[in-house]
Amino acid sequence: MSTDLEQFYEIFFEESSELLADMETCLLRLDVNSPDLEDLNAIFRAAHSIKGGAGTFGFTDMTETTHMLETLLDKLRKGELEVRSEMVDAFLKAGDVIKEQLAGHRGEGQADPAAAAAICEELKRLSDEVLVPPAIEIPIINTKTEIIPVENEVAVDEIRPVSMDDSSKLTYCIQFSNDGMSNATIENLFANLKQLGIVENNTPKNEKELCKLKLTTSNSEEDIWETLAFVVDPANLKIEVDSSDSAEVNVTETRISDATHANVESLVEEDVCATTPMPPAPGYGFFPGAPAAPKDIDDSEFNLNSPQQQSVGSNKNELQATSNKPSSKANTTTPANEASSIRVSVEKVDQMINLVGELVITQAMLAQTASQFDPVVFEKLHSGMNQLERNTRDLQESVMSIRMMPISFVFSRYPRVVRDLASKLNKRVELKTVGENTELDKSLIEKIADPLTHLVRNSLDHGIETPERRIAAGKVAQGTITLRAFHQGGSIVIEVSDDGAGLNRGKILAKARERGLPVHDGMTDQEVWLLIFEAGFSTAEAVTDVSGRGVGMDVVKRNIQSMGGRIDIESVFGVGTRISIRLPLTLAILDGLSVAVGDQMFIVPLNYITESLQPSAADIKTVSGHGRVVQVRGEYLPVIALHEVFNLRPNVTAVHEGILVILEAEGYKAALFVDDLVGQHQVVIKSLESNYRRVQGVSGATIMGDGKVALILDTAALVLSSKQEFV
Amino acid sequence: MLREQVVVSATTPSGSVRSHTVNEFLTFRLGNEEYGIEILKVQEIRGYDSITQIANAPSFIKGVVNLRGVIVPIVDMRIKFGLSDADYNQFTVVIILNVASRVMGIVVDGVSDVISLDAEQMRPAPGLGPVIDTEYIMGLGTVDERMLILIDIEKLMGSSDMGLLDNSLN
Repeated sequence: MSTDLEQFYEIFFEESSELLADMETCLLRLDVNSPDLEDLNAIFRAAHSIKGGAGTFGFTDMTETTHMLETLLDKLRKGELEVRSEMVDAFLKAGDVIKEQLAGHRGEGQADPAAAAAICEELKRLSDEVLVPPAIEIPIINTKTEIIPVENEVAVDEIRPVSMDDSSKLTYCIQFSNDGMSNATIENLFANLKQLGIVENNTPKNEKELCKLKLTTSNSEEDIWETLAFVVDPANLKIEVDSSDSAEVNVTETRISDATHANVESLVEEDVCATTPMPPAPGYGFFPGAPAAPKDIDDSEFNLNSPQQQSVGSNKNELQATSNKPSSKANTTTPANEASSIRVSVEKVDQMINLVGELVITQAMLAQTASQFDPVVFEKLHSGMNQLERNTRDLQESVMSIRMMPISFVFSRYPRVVRDLASKLNKRVELKTVGENTELDKSLIEKIADPLTHLVRNSLDHGIETPERRIAAGKVAQGTITLRAFHQGGSIVIEVSDDGAGLNRGKILAKARERGLPVHDGMTDQEVWLLIFEAGFSTAEAVTDVSGRGVGMDVVKRNIQSMGGRIDIESVFGVGTRISIRLPLTLAILDGLSVAVGDQMFIVPLNYITESLQPSAADIKTVSGHGRVVQVRGEYLPVIALHEVFNLRPNVTAVHEGILVILEAEGYKAALFVDDLVGQHQVVIKSLESNYRRVQGVSGATIMGDGKVALILDTAALVLSSKQEFV
Repeated sequence: MLREQVVVSATTPSGSVRSHTVNEFLTFRLGNEEYGIEILKVQEIRGYDSITQIANAPSFIKGVVNLRGVIVPIVDMRIKFGLSDADYNQFTVVIILNVASRVMGIVVDGVSDVISLDAEQMRPAPGLGPVIDTEYIMGLGTVDERMLILIDIEKLMGSSDMGLLDNSLN
């Protein structure tokens, strides 16, 4: 059995990571003053599932931590304890510990057992607090605290408190095959079941392979299933309502009687089954004398009725019931979302995207060839080509959309970051997110997370002031950081804005001078703000563990540029700062302008182009005999002749006969001199380096409609090289 | 058999050939000389097509082509070996190679055939002094009256003076 399990490790790891992420989201959403029971339940379920899985795979450290987590959560959701922010902190910490443990089992790093022990201790302390009179423990005075002691008494008396109405308790007969299970596993299982209610072991002494248990519990059959399903093969598991128990409310009795009917005659059973989904009234008709059950209980019972009866009824139906179970469980834990998605490896998707890219190129080639035929004679060919074009475009779009993920995947981690950091810095901050559903490429999602984290931390540390200062400045004590994502043109814009102090122009300039950077007072704000991206630049007075060392912003900028993106800062002193990141939607496709030099074609990325123009001869000036500049609306821009950079033979050599493409990169402008503009394309980026090496001035290659290769210019490098020549 | 050949190409020091192995070579012409490369390194042979130049590359690197969606650099062996006339006619072909887990192409004057050589037919290359770099020559093969220059194409393409790979540059 252990060898078989290994193939499920990966699934467990992935699921656990997702569950942990869900748990964290729920925890952060949890309002301490009025906790949503649904959220608490969701957190509990997540912890429970992880524990179950970890138990199955024998990851005892994870089982222990999750167990402590679960104990406390259970008390919370049953209302025995009040949720306090201290507990939420402990939960978050426990989540981190479990994450580390998970990583440890994955073979990535080592979990710290001391941290796990510490968090277990803390969770235990929190859940044990119930033993102390709550008047001291819980200083918050509200009506609910008054009720708590009463329930606490129960908790002290019984090891497992069952606070719900006794009438909802049911006795289940559980029968499963323990073939191949170790004693430890079975003991663990018993321990789990004991948490649900009172367990009675009915296994016959001479029986080796079959375990028979009797469980009296207020939990639903579903809960028992959840507890067992991780350990016991569902095919060998049988859960029945115990028919010998007579002290039950009428709903249960209805079922029991159904079961007996079914055992007597299967035909009758069919009929009864058919009637079960009906509203309660006819069901009660069988037992006119029975007292009416509380509404909510019989509702919950009714949901379960059908599969249970089938399992009681006949073995044939039992199979069906067991196969129904997992799906119904999945539906309750996560709504709809999970049922309609599949896990596919990224490589497969990438391969598909590549193939579609090929298809698009082939289609373009065919279209070009077909356009040479007479449209009248080859009418059908032309209509076919049109259809092909439409279909390929649709196919390309839908394949690309597979890789697209909502940015909420990144945004969802920041509430935690902000929460932790704000409490560390004694600031009050609210994080707002706008446009979480904006989609962008998965690879970008992964890459944007770190730079964005840095920007958020920066906003919190440098941007938002302390509450006292904010009040002194006439602002509300609580600062706001807004994360916003939206589409604009062919790119996605992600903004991190805060209503904090804003950038201090004077301070930045002074610091820049101190570091010997070439600055002067006449610089525009935009230029001054860009200084903070210089390596080693920090205006923080003191180095803290949050920030102040000056590493980071330059890394942020570099990361974003490597993604083909741009970063801009807007700031007003005393009002706030907004940093916007503009990224291409995907790394695989680029909007470009194709330009011709001689017989060669080059692609200029569109997002660097500000305009294209044909200059008059009078606008072209030379500087000290060689370097050329062009005057564009009062600005002198250096001219980069592409044929000189690439040693090509151009068709035109006089600048005023060709075209100038004005490029802007990293705050610098330059004019690229080319023979001609050819057209605007969406091109599929191909790596030049996979079979060749890096080429100066070229960032990649693409395949044009005619099957030829065109090189994509590294615009930023070109512009910067021109700057070096002229400065 | 297949494995043996791989071992040979990986371990044989230049200039000496291990005995008792039969290797298959693809032979091609460069000017008046006949060359051979190990057939297992060859992916395919195609005609000389329009090539996109690469800026500031050495003259023997003709540029890159689109091979079914893969960008493949093309080296003209005639220019690399300093043969006088490198014209492109209907016999000019490109041999697509799979070396050093990369795909690249070489331009040659024409492909002749595939021949098997056993150990006796392969001689170590004589020292030719500083005139020719014999480092990339595995040996000389004789078939009837023809002489084949056997090139260690993997070593040649990976060498730093080809400038095809990034790491070889540093």
